[in-house]
Amino acid sequence: MDPVRKRTKDSFKSCDSTHLAPFPDEVLEKVLSLVKSHKDRSSVSLVCKDWYNADRWSRGKIFIGNCYSVSPEIVARRFPNIRSVTLKGKPRFSDFNLVPQNWGADIHSWLVVFARVYPFLEELRLKRMVVSDESLEFLANSFPGFKVLSLLSCDGFSTDGLKAIATHCKNLTELDIQENGIDDLGGGWLSCFPETFVSLEVLNFASLNSDVTFDALERLVNRCKTLRVLKVNKHISLDQLQKLLLRAPQLMEVGTGSFQQELVPRQFSELETAFKSCKNLHTISGLWEASSVYLPVIYPACVNLTYLNLSYATLQSDELSKLLPNCSNLRRLWVLDTVEDKGLEAVGSSCPLLEELRVFPADPFDQDMVHGVTESGFVAVSNGCRKLHYVLYFCRQMTNAAVATIVKNCPDFTHFRLCIMNPGQPDYLTSEPMDEAFGAVVKTCTKLQRLAVSGLLTDRTFEYIGKYAKNLETLSVAFAGSSDWGMQSVMEGCPRLRKLEIRDCPFGNAALLSGLDKYESMRSLWMSACNVTMNGCRLLAKNMPRLNVEVIKDDESDDNEADKVYVYRTVVGPRRDAPPFVLTL
Amino acid sequence: MTTPLEHDYIGLSETPTAEVSLENMSETNKNYVLNLKETELRLGLPGSVSPERKPGNVVPFFGNVLEDVKVGSFKNFGSGAKRGFSDAIHGSGKWAFSTKSDAEVDLAKASVEEASVYGNTLKPVEENKRSPQNENAAAPASKAQVVGWPPIKSFRKNTLATSVSKNADAVEGNSTSGCIYVKVSMDGAPYLRKVDLKTCGNYSELSSALENMFSCFTIGQCTSKGLPEREGLSASRLMDLVHGSEYVLTYEDKDGDWMLVGDVPWNMFTDSCKRLRIMKGSEAIGLAPRAMEKCQSRN
Repeated sequence: MDPVRKRTKDSFKSCDSTHLAPFPDEVLEKVLSLVKSHKDRSSVSLVCKDWYNADRWSRGKIFIGNCYSVSPEIVARRFPNIRSVTLKGKPRFSDFNLVPQNWGADIHSWLVVFARVYPFLEELRLKRMVVSDESLEFLANSFPGFKVLSLLSCDGFSTDGLKAIATHCKNLTELDIQENGIDDLGGGWLSCFPETFVSLEVLNFASLNSDVTFDALERLVNRCKTLRVLKVNKHISLDQLQKLLLRAPQLMEVGTGSFQQELVPRQFSELETAFKSCKNLHTISGLWEASSVYLPVIYPACVNLTYLNLSYATLQSDELSKLLPNCSNLRRLWVLDTVEDKGLEAVGSSCPLLEELRVFPADPFDQDMVHGVTESGFVAVSNGCRKLHYVLYFCRQMTNAAVATIVKNCPDFTHFRLCIMNPGQPDYLTSEPMDEAFGAVVKTCTKLQRLAVSGLLTDRTFEYIGKYAKNLETLSVAFAGSSDWGMQSVMEGCPRLRKLEIRDCPFGNAALLSGLDKYESMRSLWMSACNVTMNGCRLLAKNMPRLNVEVIKDDESDDNEADKVYVYRTVVGPRRDAPPFVLTL
Repeated sequence: MTTPLEHDYIGLSETPTAEVSLENMSETNKNYVLNLKETELRLGLPGSVSPERKPGNVVPFFGNVLEDVKVGSFKNFGSGAKRGFSDAIHGSGKWAFSTKSDAEVDLAKASVEEASVYGNTLKPVEENKRSPQNENAAAPASKAQVVGWPPIKSFRKNTLATSVSKNADAVEGNSTSGCIYVKVSMDGAPYLRKVDLKTCGNYSELSSALENMFSCFTIGQCTSKGLPEREGLSASRLMDLVHGSEYVLTYEDKDGDWMLVGDVPWNMFTDSCKRLRIMKGSEAIGLAPRAMEKCQSRN
């Protein structure tokens, strides 16, 4: 059945007193193959040698959260039968330009090993990796059964690489290209899918900038009868969208193109009908430049929507207020702060089942803006949406009292990411630090896994976090804290902490070293523009040989300052592809 | 309890009677607050007065520092956290001010690259991206921004920059009634103008509107009729261009191509025109043939 297996062990083994489980290995493997989550799989492999081996042979999917924590050779040796790989590369702050170019995380060396060991590889999902056109071409030609390519926040390739994928991957089911820094040399890649190619299920090219040939797209959509996700870019107009929807009424997720075009009434009703005919539609995104005039075409589809992404549509509050009463089943909503507090009140009153809300700033750099959302919008949502558990909220003012109310209304937060956009801004009513706000969050939300803090914060915030945030796994800190004690409180508390990213805080060597015992149980630590010195980093590196302590040197700073520090656990020692500005201590 | 020390880093407080306790601030900060008011960046035409800030809306850059926080630790905060910031204040040589004003995506890309080279240094390039209408764009110091803050991915920043400015245009022009304001640039002019294509019913009205705005030239090339007599028109225009002395009116269409104004029917033109540019005739050679191809392909 499985051509790659090279097992030599006997299928049946006699059980002796040291073995807990007397079933044949094949049964064990079959049972374990039903365990999907990679964390559970990891736990399984730690039970005993038999289980370790059973997991080894039956593992089909592997997740590597930090590509430098392990090498492709080690992966290949341990897991012979991998079909699906998920790899993450650069530290998350690279999304915000804090990591210089050519830092690393190149996929190519992985692909070379995979081509040798996993010729039947089907899925590759990459996040924050560097991918070149050569790598994409190599990929397209090395894995005949390749099905799923997902590139999120990657860079280094161009649309030429996509041409190779479209041309050679005959069994492709998913092509998902999101938010990458790539060279868009034109839309010709889409035309490279051969006429015989019919297997596509997911196509997302929403973040590519150039025009694809609409004719080719229409034919592709027409012949791929199993297409369930289609997210086009903003060059696709409304009447083109209408044609696509007609060809694919089975779609479950639609990302529209530009929503701004002058339509005559006939076109309007045709578009409305097209949306109505997509009975399985549960997600709508795109909606670039959506104007209130045409938004109503999606109303018929709204009742079934569970996810609506309006974060590229500069809607005003009245437009949102008219739209949302149609969306009573919404679970996830992404909006821009142009909807203001009034729009958020509509969210609270129309979407009682809401679980996730993200409010992005339309104009994040304009400090003169008196618009956007405030604490009252957030409170309004929390009043109406008691099931809210994921929030990302960009605002320009907040109060401790508001946050306390919010978490009282919604105690089930698992992800609480609050970004008060002016660094170090206090409670605007009381002028106090925002310590009590985050204190309320960690005390009330016992399931909290991810927290991002902002505003004026003293060490008190971190005392609270260390003491109460027992399930916290990811913490993001910027422009906060008063002394080393802050970070130390976190390092000494938070038993489940895995990822800690800190920028522009007054934490120094004492803080860094307070985590000595913790870093091996974490994926990584990032500290930039703090008070850490090279000596502190060297001390850490010396005491913890299984960590890589990397310093990214800034040319202008003096020699003893450690401007950007990235610490992560690894089984393969210092990386060999580090560029000259990365010093591994 | 003593009143909180207010450390106002970039003189953001606009109210002249701001309670800034100058006596507790360091020398550099003091000077900074006093001098930067002059160069403070505002949105608005030159000579306009920006609206008074609501009291209590003053947001010092790093907020109030309460008395129980040691002054020393605040300094710590300053030296560590704002290393880049003070570099920017003192090291003015780093203000690489990009002069590209179109193609916001390019600009944002440039700022991304610059950011990665400069690390923590503040960059004013972000400023330029969102102030096409801001005549005071030459004063970077007072609106300094921090690299990578607020934490928004580049893709989103770039996309929103274009749609926010587009929407700003639309909102200005009462978009619900269908005004079409497009920017008009003229080679050599110090600033751009905007014209509402809806108020001009045809090419000659557009021509006179533009003439009024940029009165130092003439646009004789636009036809008064909407219907093109393509060959003859382009040929005569070409002749004018060859002589190189006139200005030529061109526009950027939805595909991003620069076209000669006057070839297509007026309605088609207003539908596809994104912006106008009054080009020097000598530069415009080579547009006319392309304009013809485009027309032909539209049929």
